Amino acid sequence: MSITYLEAIREAQYEALREDPSVFLYGQDIATFGGAFKATKNLSKEFPNRVFDAPISEDAMVGMAIGAAVEGARPIIEMQFADFSSIGFNQIVNQAATLFWRTNVPCPITIRLPSGGTAGSGPFHSQSMEAIYAHYPGLVIVTPATVEDAYWMLLDSVKLNDPVIFCEHKFLYYHLKADQIGDRELPIGKARIARPGRHATIVTYSAMVHEALRAAEELQLDGYQIEVVDLRSVKPMDTDTILASVARTGRLLALGEAFPWGGVTAEIIARVTTDGFHLLDAPPMRLNSKDTPIPYHPNLWKSHRPTTSTIAAALRRLLRN
Amino acid sequence: MLLSRVLEEKLGSLYRAGGRIVGGVYLGKGQEAFSAALGVQLRKGKDIYGPLIRDQAGRIAFGEPIIDTVRTYLGAVTGPMRGRDGNIHRGRPKEGHMAMISHLGSLLSVVAGGLFARRLAGTLADSIGATSIGDGGTSTGAFHEGLNMAAVEKLPIIVSIANNQYAYSTPNTRQYACENLVDRAAGYGIEGVTVDATDLASCLKAFRAATARARAGGGPQMIVGTLLRLAGHGEHDDASYIPDTKRQGPSARDCLQVAEDFARDRGWMSSADLRELNEEVRRNVDQTVSKVSKEPAPDPFKENWQALSCAELVEGQHEA
Repeated sequence: MSITYLEAIREAQYEALREDPSVFLYGQDIATFGGAFKATKNLSKEFPNRVFDAPISEDAMVGMAIGAAVEGARPIIEMQFADFSSIGFNQIVNQAATLFWRTNVPCPITIRLPSGGTAGSGPFHSQSMEAIYAHYPGLVIVTPATVEDAYWMLLDSVKLNDPVIFCEHKFLYYHLKADQIGDRELPIGKARIARPGRHATIVTYSAMVHEALRAAEELQLDGYQIEVVDLRSVKPMDTDTILASVARTGRLLALGEAFPWGGVTAEIIARVTTDGFHLLDAPPMRLNSKDTPIPYHPNLWKSHRPTTSTIAAALRRLLRN
Repeated sequence: MLLSRVLEEKLGSLYRAGGRIVGGVYLGKGQEAFSAALGVQLRKGKDIYGPLIRDQAGRIAFGEPIIDTVRTYLGAVTGPMRGRDGNIHRGRPKEGHMAMISHLGSLLSVVAGGLFARRLAGTLADSIGATSIGDGGTSTGAFHEGLNMAAVEKLPIIVSIANNQYAYSTPNTRQYACENLVDRAAGYGIEGVTVDATDLASCLKAFRAATARARAGGGPQMIVGTLLRLAGHGEHDDASYIPDTKRQGPSARDCLQVAEDFARDRGWMSSADLRELNEEVRRNVDQTVSKVSKEPAPDPFKENWQALSCAELVEGQHEA
């Protein structure tokens, strides 16, 4: 008996619908069909009139969730792919994110973004949007990397009285399995030490946590103990846990699958160098995807994003400095 | 209508005098009849209203006190937006008065969402939603997506389109290519009517019928009002791009004048009654402005600078 990351997301939505009658689901192909990835499989059967197929209108889907939230509902919006949330961008950053600040009325909506690259998905079905949304005040951005976090953080997101961008990684949907969903360990906003170490710290999130752990295994063979910090939520970002880790290791690699300009890895470096410059024994490093659209062919795609071997190579450079 | 006109004239003069009003002033002159005729059909506390730029009259008719308008224009902390947002960008969402953002068309789906949630919760009863837009706003993707979704969900929503001929300076010949905006209603599968928006009686009749259809389960209703904006886009704009032929055309009739003549002709009000009403309204506006002028401006040191309602998730300031 095991449960995948994708099943955990379905189970969390089941539980959210079961616990709270004000929760409903709105998204493309999510009712009878169960969603493009089956993240809502059977939910429309189990909860009649709570799970709705939406027209292909990401702007209107988010707008309707905002209006529903004002009326006391807690909608979960499924974007078919994170990439298409760009059509709903205005509603997310200008309407949802500003509502509480402007009117004192909270906006409890959860927007699920199936994120990140998988082989063969190409430029418009592979994007990671967390940095774009994290830039705007008024949003919470979570990026679960484990089956437990996919489950508990989704449930926590729905209960939160603020708009949450839930970045779930498509690469983890089927690959990542757990024997069972363990207990809730940490709240949103706290990072997790995914692997303790003392020679260098990798700060990362989402699917890259697993690449980082594999790279850390590789470096272990050379006698290096690499600490891996899983951010869990990129906003808020748990700066204290990052700084405490860098204080232990003196070396930092900020790792992300997203495009290199600005973004989460740049934010990590900025925080560590401004608040913890004295903790560093070597210049911090960043590793991101290449600065091109995400390629289609697997040969190109594998070289576009960070992989275990490019992360290991970066760590070796970092440790030489 | 009269209160709206007098209040907006006061806001215009405060703007021109300088100092008191930071930012712009956006008036609904010429659109009061069309706007108010919708507002009076709505019941505050029961219906959901998403007004736009030129809906001062509709907001008053819906039940917004004019002190909310003045406080928001002056940025007073006592107002609904507490200096965090200004002028026409105001509302009290929990009272069904949605606070517009500047992105045109984006309120339509929000009003629809409120109705959708009520239907799910079993509390919709005969409540309806209503939102306004201009000819320019109908060109946005958000307007299309929102109206199409509202139609698919068969929600009781009134979409009021003030075809005031100009979106800022752009004439509607550069905005749409169909003969009449109301032709689009058929494409959405909803009912649509046009009305001479300079004539209060026609507007009242049209909105009364449309709201009744919506309350009875008739789904979205589009009402296109033909008129001319009798002011600039804002008070910074002299609208010199509007040719004299338009200014002298039938759409340029002042709806307030038309309504006053109508009331006088019917013997409902004498000229003396109208004068007295006018004076009373002016006193009310002056007293409100004077009261708000004495109220405190926002203090940046008292502002909590938190954009999230969950305080525990607000990040500290990471500044050098």
